[in-house]
Amino acid sequence: MKSDIIQGVKAAFITMAVCCVLYTGAVYAVGFLAKEKAEGSLIYKDGRVVGSRLIAQNFKGERYFHPRPSAVDYNAAGAGGSNLSPYSKEIRERAEKIIAENGSGLPADMVTASGSGLDPHISLDSAVFQAERVAKARNTDKNRIIAVIDEHTDSYLKIVNVLELNMALDRVE
Amino acid sequence: MVFVTLIIGISAVLSWFLGRYMTYIMDSSEQGTWQSYLKQFAVFNVIMFAVSFAVLAFQQYLPLNPDGKGALTADLIFNTAASFTTNTNLQHYSGEVSMSYFSQLFALMWLQFVSAATGIAVLTAIARGLGGKGFGNFYKDMMRATFYILLPVSFVVAVLLIFTGVPMTFGGTVEAHTIEGALQNIARGPAAAFIAIKQLGSNGGGFFGPNSAHPFENPNFWSNAVETMSIIIIPMSCVWMFGRLTGKMRHAAVIFGVMLLLLVMKLSFAAYFESAPAGALAGLDVQTSSNLEGKELRFGTSAAPLWAVVTTSTSNGSVNNMHDSLNPLTGLVPLTGMWLNETFGGVGVGMINMLIYILTGVFICGMMVGRTPEYLGRKVETQEMKLVLLALLVHPLCILGGTALFTIMPWGAETVHNTGAHGFTEILYEFTSSSANNGSGFEGLGDNTPAWNIATGIVMLVSRYVPIVLPLMAAGSLAAKRISPDTSGTLHTDTVLFGAVILGSIIFIGALLFMPVAVLGPVSEYMAGALK
Repeated sequence: MKSDIIQGVKAAFITMAVCCVLYTGAVYAVGFLAKEKAEGSLIYKDGRVVGSRLIAQNFKGERYFHPRPSAVDYNAAGAGGSNLSPYSKEIRERAEKIIAENGSGLPADMVTASGSGLDPHISLDSAVFQAERVAKARNTDKNRIIAVIDEHTDSYLKIVNVLELNMALDRVE
Repeated sequence: MVFVTLIIGISAVLSWFLGRYMTYIMDSSEQGTWQSYLKQFAVFNVIMFAVSFAVLAFQQYLPLNPDGKGALTADLIFNTAASFTTNTNLQHYSGEVSMSYFSQLFALMWLQFVSAATGIAVLTAIARGLGGKGFGNFYKDMMRATFYILLPVSFVVAVLLIFTGVPMTFGGTVEAHTIEGALQNIARGPAAAFIAIKQLGSNGGGFFGPNSAHPFENPNFWSNAVETMSIIIIPMSCVWMFGRLTGKMRHAAVIFGVMLLLLVMKLSFAAYFESAPAGALAGLDVQTSSNLEGKELRFGTSAAPLWAVVTTSTSNGSVNNMHDSLNPLTGLVPLTGMWLNETFGGVGVGMINMLIYILTGVFICGMMVGRTPEYLGRKVETQEMKLVLLALLVHPLCILGGTALFTIMPWGAETVHNTGAHGFTEILYEFTSSSANNGSGFEGLGDNTPAWNIATGIVMLVSRYVPIVLPLMAAGSLAAKRISPDTSGTLHTDTVLFGAVILGSIIFIGALLFMPVAVLGPVSEYMAGALK
């Protein structure tokens, strides 16, 4: 029995050394080839981190495009979805509130919370829907806003990255 | 649908080649009895549990903890160690909230490798035994599976994931000053290495709480395609490996076909029901679309039902959308996948589960024509059937017993997040996922309580080891028998008829056991919500 245990501990030690140290080290080393991505696709402005292009952040102001609802209030250190049944009255109440604030005919992604609560994208429809509000708040022509949206649209999936779009708008001004 | 067909089609083609490679790695003429194999298997699994328990228990004193994660409760440590040792990866914690990088890598990721390798090893031993060779040596098999199969494939996938944007850093949480002047803490970590083996080893335990719905675990369309294929490819390859090791490739092709047929049926079902909008939005002035609650936009529309089906067909349990928010009848499909648990099934163990159904099917057929049933030329008798049926019954017993108990007791009933039938489904899903060693969840459930941690911990251990050990014993008993010659009355295992036999035994024995709870949960929620 004693020799069985020694054999098992040896195997545990070897597999741990290879899988946890060597493998992790090798993947980490490859990460330096794509350092910006390996560090979390962070976006810097004036030397300070303003966010990650992969992570939704909350935008409340009229001048900016708003992300999808988040069940965790955009907490990127404790992400999660609503986990509500699609028939639940909580989803209905949330949707009614958002419709009251934004008007009718909203795209469905604007009234549904994403799985992670950090979905960085909105649908193209949703961006176009919000364009009028943003144009008004920025005192500019809606078509100029639409042009910026088009530049930042993934043409296959018809989605727009909210943070990149908002930063592009700020640059245009 | 093009996306779904491509993902499944490419995986099936690649599995043929990977299966050949796996056979080349795992085949050996090493001698050994099933008893000595079982002993090595048992010792090593106890060590796996003990080491991971110790690492988790002392994480606050160990290195690689830039965010200063504190101590975990004893019941959560028990649950997590059981969960990862059994290849389940049920998570009652949220990775970025509770776990240090050391715990993630040296306890959890280590187990993701060796628990998956354990599954491949035991399947190899059973296949060798049935093929008329010695059962071999567990440690040699486990190490071969780890070093020559799981490691290289994981490395390739991890590199691909880094280039799609999955982080691989030891820098801790970063503080961002958002455009509107708020603060946002962004948790990061060495995720790419972790996620590759999470997907490939039918593990499924995410680095971050929302698993592969989190943008860091699954940043875009391409990472999602790679991760989806990673779920299914090794379980598919295991069927081909079984065929080659036993020398019955046509038999393996029949099994593969049955599994694929069931998978495609589930996929069509899920894709259809998930294309309906969330019921709560009915009558509101919102543009019509598929159900987007709990979904991410960057994967495309059919990606969520595809993942939900594949991950629950294979005992993987990672998610790219929140299963709690699936439409009720879509939610029934993942449940069915885990009830059956062999439409490819987990790495190695899926094929072992299938053997249980095959032997049952063979036995029933033998009874119908009134002669002693045979499998791969060996007589299946009382001794083997006792073991097989016991292995078959553990799964429904754990699920139905546990669900019944937690539905009537306050420690279960008070933890549900949604009301009514959906709340019942949360409890049912949790026990199903634990017993299937899957690890996904209806995550609304408040499951980090001592009652849930202990109960699901025990269920995971029982449902992992009984259906591995008993089939290994049955294979040992079969392997000891002489091969009887083919006669005109022999049931051939490489025909379409045989495929129909196992399909029948899966559907009638596997699925019908769970019909009543399906009606109580998802079906009645659908009836109450959709038929207004």
